[in-house]
Amino acid sequence: MKQLLVFVKKEFIQVFRDRSTLLLLFGLPIAQIVLFGFALSNEIKDSKVVVVDYSKDEVSSRIIAKIGASKYFDVERSLANADQLEAAFKKGIIKSAIVFPASFADDLLHTNKASIQIIADASDPNLATAVTAYLTQIINDYQIQSGRAVGLPLQIIPEIHMLYNPELKGAPNFVPGVMALVLMLVCTMMTSVAIVKEKELGTMEVLLVSPFKPLYIIIAKLTPNLIISIVNFFIILLLSSIFLDLHVQGSLLLLTLDSILFILTSLSIGLWLSIGAQTQQAAMTSSLMGMMLPTLLLTGFMFPIENMPLPMQWLSNLVPSRWYFIIVKQVMLKGLGINYVWKETLILLGMCILLFTISLRKFKIRLQ
Amino acid sequence: MRSLFFLLEKESRQLLRNKQLIRVLIIAPIIQLILMPLAANYSVKNISIAVVDHDRSTLSQRFISKITASGYFKLTAYVNTYSEALAVLEKDRADLAIQIPANFEKNLVRENVQKIYIAINAIEGTKANLGGAYLGSIITDFNSEIRAAWPLGGVVEPIPQITIASSNWYNPLMNYNLYIVPAILVTLVTAMGMMQSAFSIVREKESGTIEQINVTPIKKHIFILGKLLPFMVLALVIFTLGLCIAWLLYHVTPVGSLLVLYASLIIYLFAVLGLGLLISTYSATQQQAMSLSFFFINIFNMMSGVFNSVDSMPQWAKNIVETFPPSHFIKIMRMVVLKGSGFSDISYHLVVIVLIGLVFNTWAVLNYRKTV
Amino acid sequence: MKWMNPVIITEKLTKRFGDFVAANELTFEVNQGEIFGFLGANGAGKTTAMRMLCGLLAPSSGKATIAGFDIYDQAKQIKTKIGYMSQKFSLYDDLTVSENIRFYAGIYGMDIKQIKQKTGVLLEELELQSEAKTLVSALPLGWKQKLAFSVSIVHDPSIVFLDEPTGGVDPVTRRQFWDLIHYASNRGVTVFVTTHYMDEAEYCNRVSIMVDGVIAALDSPAQLKQQYTATNMEDVFYELARHAKRKDD
Repeated sequence: MKQLLVFVKKEFIQVFRDRSTLLLLFGLPIAQIVLFGFALSNEIKDSKVVVVDYSKDEVSSRIIAKIGASKYFDVERSLANADQLEAAFKKGIIKSAIVFPASFADDLLHTNKASIQIIADASDPNLATAVTAYLTQIINDYQIQSGRAVGLPLQIIPEIHMLYNPELKGAPNFVPGVMALVLMLVCTMMTSVAIVKEKELGTMEVLLVSPFKPLYIIIAKLTPNLIISIVNFFIILLLSSIFLDLHVQGSLLLLTLDSILFILTSLSIGLWLSIGAQTQQAAMTSSLMGMMLPTLLLTGFMFPIENMPLPMQWLSNLVPSRWYFIIVKQVMLKGLGINYVWKETLILLGMCILLFTISLRKFKIRLQ
Repeated sequence: MRSLFFLLEKESRQLLRNKQLIRVLIIAPIIQLILMPLAANYSVKNISIAVVDHDRSTLSQRFISKITASGYFKLTAYVNTYSEALAVLEKDRADLAIQIPANFEKNLVRENVQKIYIAINAIEGTKANLGGAYLGSIITDFNSEIRAAWPLGGVVEPIPQITIASSNWYNPLMNYNLYIVPAILVTLVTAMGMMQSAFSIVREKESGTIEQINVTPIKKHIFILGKLLPFMVLALVIFTLGLCIAWLLYHVTPVGSLLVLYASLIIYLFAVLGLGLLISTYSATQQQAMSLSFFFINIFNMMSGVFNSVDSMPQWAKNIVETFPPSHFIKIMRMVVLKGSGFSDISYHLVVIVLIGLVFNTWAVLNYRKTV
Repeated sequence: MKWMNPVIITEKLTKRFGDFVAANELTFEVNQGEIFGFLGANGAGKTTAMRMLCGLLAPSSGKATIAGFDIYDQAKQIKTKIGYMSQKFSLYDDLTVSENIRFYAGIYGMDIKQIKQKTGVLLEELELQSEAKTLVSALPLGWKQKLAFSVSIVHDPSIVFLDEPTGGVDPVTRRQFWDLIHYASNRGVTVFVTTHYMDEAEYCNRVSIMVDGVIAALDSPAQLKQQYTATNMEDVFYELARHAKRKDD
C-alpha cells in the first residue's frame, strides 16, 4: 500500500508539473460546455423565407405580415417572379419560399378556395419539414382567426404545454450530452496517452522490472486522471448552474456517484486502447477517430436512438455515454431518484468491471 | 525547391512506415462513413405519445386513430389520468401526452369550442417543435373534416379555405442521407487531417530532430509546406474513398462538378491543415497537441452545422462560426453535391476559407521560429 | 601552420535569461582544422554558447563571426557552412540508415547523383554497408552516434559543432568516434566539441574550460597541465571547477 501511495504521488507530481497541459485539461472541457450551452439550440428562428406575391391583395399581405411577425421567420425580400427563386436557393441563404398565385384573391373571393405554394430547400430535410410545418401552421392559424371572426362552428383548439424546458433552450439537451461526450473522450485519450508515453520513452520497462504489481501501475496512472475528471465534472455543474440556469434537480450524491462510475468506465477504455498501441500518435488517433463519431451519434443527444435501424440500436447499447446521458437527464434535469436509473447504473457498473478486468489481464500478459 | 522534394520524401516515408497509424487512418473513417449515416437519421417519425381519453366517445376515438394514422406518431401508452400520463413522460416512455377532456364531443356541439391539452417533453427541442407542429396541423385537418361532415343547424356562410401545396426542392424524396453523408465525410477528413498535422512538428520537438533541422539552411515556409503536403494527399485519398462509399452505399452523386468540389477541398485542406500546424508550433508535447486539436475538432463538429443548425444560434455564436473553415466547406459541399452550385455561387465561402487559411499558415510559419 | 586562419571569432558574446547570465562575455578564436574542446561542468554555460554559435539562440550582446559570416545578419549563410550534432539524438528513428543520409544531404542541396555517391562513401567509412536498409531505431547506440556524426558533416561544412557526442557510449566506440573526428579534422574541418570525458580532452588541439558562464582557461592540453602542474586534464578540470558557485542543473 505504501508503495502504491509513493507511485500515485509521483504521477500527480508529473501531471501537475506540466502546467500548460493541465490548463488545457481543465480549460478546454469547460470552454466547450459554456460555448455549446449558450450557442446551441434546436429552435428554428429567423429562418429566411422569400415571398413571391403575384396576387398582391389584402389576404396575401396579411398572411405575409403574419409570417414576418412570427419568431420562426424572417421575410427576407420579395422577388418579382418565381424564375429568380432557383438562383436565390443556390446561394444557400434562403431556406424556403412562398408563392401566391395571381388568381389567389379572385379564387378566394369567388370560389372560396385558393391555394398557396410553399417551396422548401430540402437539401436539409429536417429543416424543410419543420419550415413547411410552421408555415402551414401560421396559415392555418390565420384561417382559424378569420374563422373566429365570422363565427366558425366546432372549433378544436390545441393547448400546448412545453414541459421541463418551456423556452426550448438548447442547453438542457446539450449539456448532459456534451458532458458525456467530453468526459468520455478526454478520459480515454488522457489514459491511453499516459501509458503509451511511458512505452515510447522506455520508462515502462523500468516500471516493469520494479517490484510494483501491474495493478498498482495501472491504479497510479489512472488516479490523477480520475481526480482531474471529477474536478471537471463539478466545475461543469457549477457553470451550468451559474450561467445556463441548469440546476441539479435530483440528488447530487447520486449524480456524482454515477459520474465517477462513468469516468472510471472511460478510463478503462483508454487503458484498453493503450495496450495495443505502439506510438502516442497511434493511440490518440485511434481513441479520437474510433470514439468521436460513435459517441457523438450513438449517445442519443444528437439523434433519437429509436429512429435508428435495429443493428445501430444494438450497437448504441455498447456505448457507455448512452447510459450516462440517460442518467444525467433523469437525475439532473428531471430530479428523479435511483429507482428510475438503477438499470443504467448497473449497466455502467458491469461495463466498468468488464473493461477494467480485460485491460488488466492484457496488461499482465504483455508483462510476461 | 530541391529541399522540399527531400522533405516530402522523408515525410511520406515516415507516414507510410507507421503501418498501425495508416491502418487507423484509412479504416476508421471508412467504417464510420459506412455505419454512421445509419445512426444519423433524424427524420422525425415515431414520436411516441401517451393518451388520456376522458371522453371515450366515437369522436375521440376517431381523433386518436387520425393521429396514429399520420405516420409521425405511435401510441405507446393509454392511461386513465393526466398524472399517469406525466409519469409516462418522466420515464421517457413517451415524448408527448394528449388529454381529451370529458364530454369532449357533447361540449363541442353545445359550446362550439373545445380545448385539447397537449404536454410535450421539451428537452429535445427539435422533437418538441416538430411534434407540436405536426399535431397542430393534424388537429386542423381533423377539425375541417368533422366540420364538413357535421349536419349543421341553421344557415352557415361558406367558409373561405386556403389549401397549401408544398414542394421540396433538391431533395424531393427527403432523403436525409443526401444531407448528412457529405457532412460526415467532411467531419472525418477534417479530424484526420488536422490531428495528424498537429502532431507533425511537435513529434520532431519531442524526439529532438527539430534541432538538427533548425541548423540546416532550410527555409521556414518550405519546412511547413513539406509537413502540410503529405497530409493533404492523405486527406484527398480519404475523401475520394469516402466519396466512393457515399456513392455506392448511399447513392449520393454530386449534382455539381467534381472540379469545383476538389478545387474547394484543396483550398479547404490548406486552411485546416494550417490550423493543425499552428497548434503544433504552440505545443510542447504530443499530449498538448492532441488536447488542443480535440478541442477544435469537437467545436467544429458541434457548431459548424454538421448536425446542428447554425441558423438557430445567437448572433455572437454565428459570428464565431463564420470564422470556422469547416462551416464554410460543409456549406460548399452541400451546395455542390445537392444543388449543383458553381464557383460563382460559392465564391463568398471560398474567399473566406482562403483568407482564414492565409492567416493560419502565416501565423504557423512565423511562430515556428528557427532561432529560439 | 594550418590553424592560423580563424573561422570562429567571438568578442564579449553574452547570453542572459532574465537576471541569469548563462554565458558572460566570451571572447575566443578557433582556427581552421583545429579540434577545439569546450569543457565545463554541468550548467557552466557550454550548451548555451554552442547554441548561440549555431544560430539556435540569439545572443543578448557581443559579436561573433562564423566562417567569416556575422551571426546576427548572416545566419542563412552560416547554416550552409556548419554541421551540428546535438546531445539529444538527432536522426530519425523511423527512417533507415541510407534514408537518413539521403534526407540530410538533400536538404543541404545536394543532387541525387552526389547523394548516391556520398552515401556509398559514408557507409564504407562507417562499415555499415550491410545495415543500409536497417531502421535507425534498430541500431546500437554507438553506431547511431557515429552515423549521426557522419550525417552532420555530410555537406562538407567548414565547422562542425558536437554537443557531448559520446555520452553513454562504450570506450571502444568512443575511440572509433574520435578516429572519425581526427579524420574530418585532417580534411580541414574545424571541430568544436563539448565533452565530459577528460581523456577526450587530451585529443583536442586546444581546450577551453568554462566555469560559471565565463572562460576560466584556454590553451593546449599540454600547456594547461604545465600551468596547473597537473599530470592529466582531469586534475586541471577539477582544480578549476571545484570553485564553481553554480552547481548541477
